[in-house]
Amino acid sequence: MTQIPLSLIQRTAEELMAKAAIEIPEDYLDGLKRAAATEDGDLSSFVLKAMLENYEAAKQDRSAMCGDTGVPRWFVKLGNEARVEGGMVALEAALRRATAKATFDVPLRPNRVHPLWRTDHNNNVGIGAPEIEYGFEPGGCWIDLITVHKGGLFGTDYRMLFPSDGVQGIKRFYLDSLMAFGKRGLACQPAIIGIGLGGSKDICMSLGKRASVLRTVGSRNSDPRIAAMEEELKDLGNSIGMGAMGFVGKNMVIQCNIEVGYCHTGGMPMSVHAFCLSSRRAVARLYPDGRVEYRTDPDWFTDYQRRETVDWEPHKEAAE
Amino acid sequence: MSIREIRLSTTPTPEAITALRLGDIVYLDGLMYTAREGVYMRALEEQANIPMELPSESAANFHCSPAARINADGSFDMGAVTATASFRFAKWLPEWMAKTGAKLIIGKGGMTSKDYKDYFVPNGAVYLSTVGYGTGALLGRGVENVEAVHWNEELGLAQAMWVIRCKKMGPFIVASDMNGDCLFERENAKIAENIARVYEGTKPAVLKRYGESDDRSEEVI
Repeated sequence: MTQIPLSLIQRTAEELMAKAAIEIPEDYLDGLKRAAATEDGDLSSFVLKAMLENYEAAKQDRSAMCGDTGVPRWFVKLGNEARVEGGMVALEAALRRATAKATFDVPLRPNRVHPLWRTDHNNNVGIGAPEIEYGFEPGGCWIDLITVHKGGLFGTDYRMLFPSDGVQGIKRFYLDSLMAFGKRGLACQPAIIGIGLGGSKDICMSLGKRASVLRTVGSRNSDPRIAAMEEELKDLGNSIGMGAMGFVGKNMVIQCNIEVGYCHTGGMPMSVHAFCLSSRRAVARLYPDGRVEYRTDPDWFTDYQRRETVDWEPHKEAAE
Repeated sequence: MSIREIRLSTTPTPEAITALRLGDIVYLDGLMYTAREGVYMRALEEQANIPMELPSESAANFHCSPAARINADGSFDMGAVTATASFRFAKWLPEWMAKTGAKLIIGKGGMTSKDYKDYFVPNGAVYLSTVGYGTGALLGRGVENVEAVHWNEELGLAQAMWVIRCKKMGPFIVASDMNGDCLFERENAKIAENIARVYEGTKPAVLKRYGESDDRSEEVI
């Protein structure tokens, strides 16, 4: 089995760090352009126009879109047959090196500090930073490197709801999150809103985060009833009358993505996450022969990731 | 309503400040410095000497950590600059203004009208908000030069005091005025009229949390 070269992983990871910081993903850009075309609040319109100019300026100047370049993290997906030169410990070292190097080279803001001692290594690397999370996919000798630099201390919340709260309770908590963090634009909206439903507390937060950062504008949950709820919640958020920076406007939510996981029979935990106006994500697929394919859609939530049966049934995959 | 665009010095005259209206778009010229919790704590709580002549060199305090680096030869490279949320700094700002004569507080999200009335207006100061948020690349184009970085060793790159020479740096939005009025509160009040309709049919969570209020016209900051 041919291995994916370590040098290729580090080189690609550095390139992804720069792409994420500088280039706004096309799906979000198109969504924001559609929002700008419908916006009639004078201040929110001005803000959206300024943001569109800002994306252009960032690309032309090869400068980060936003001065807060977020907290870099990695999602790594491996095809089942993928092998990495030096193994997974070497891969993690390569991702940490790429994070540190790109922080200096781009430059990115060194955002990562110790929570108590505020120690800053000036390279976005430290205890637990960058996070590296893994997923696997049946078949394939490739790996996907996905980097997300989510910004924002605001716009994210968690709540333990219960079955008796129902859909109306979900709507209430969703609206509460948008209202609380939308005022003064603390959530840097209009944004992709991710909602996690189910799982345990920590997984509920992960699901919501992944829904906001690993799914694109225009994507749909594969469960048609959840997909309908995504549309409904998007429209509900945009009916508040709040726009960019919390000014009067019609555009708060560019896309609403919901991801679910099975939870305790007594509960219905829910999390809400707002990605921001600088939705920093970049993806590359690396093959053992040295090929690298860049894209902006993480394509994380495959049928395999959302499987609910005991065994994965490969014949289903083949039929598709 | 047409939006006014204004060029403003970072050492503005009282007349120039009085002339600003909520929602005006401002572009800045002159020296600006970054100061946030690290600088405030060092200057105010530890009583370290501020390494600039304030406010004669600059009366513009930016709540910002830039995406920037210090090169091996001591030169600087600054890419994007974006503000951080200001409400967290209310604890230090009255003393900071008194000590430094800051007239322009620039950041994200503004402060409350109470802050404006209590110590912005008496100090002849207004609040300018960045736009977006996150027009970091546009603001970066307004950086003519990075003049100095103070307290980098003590505070790290993100909390250090960066001194920036601005040339038509913007856009910023005027978010407070000499009446102590607050642009964001004005907008909140307009949006509040619609809240009951949007919430119609939804219901409060079965399990309450400490600190909850059912009055959605309140802010959580």
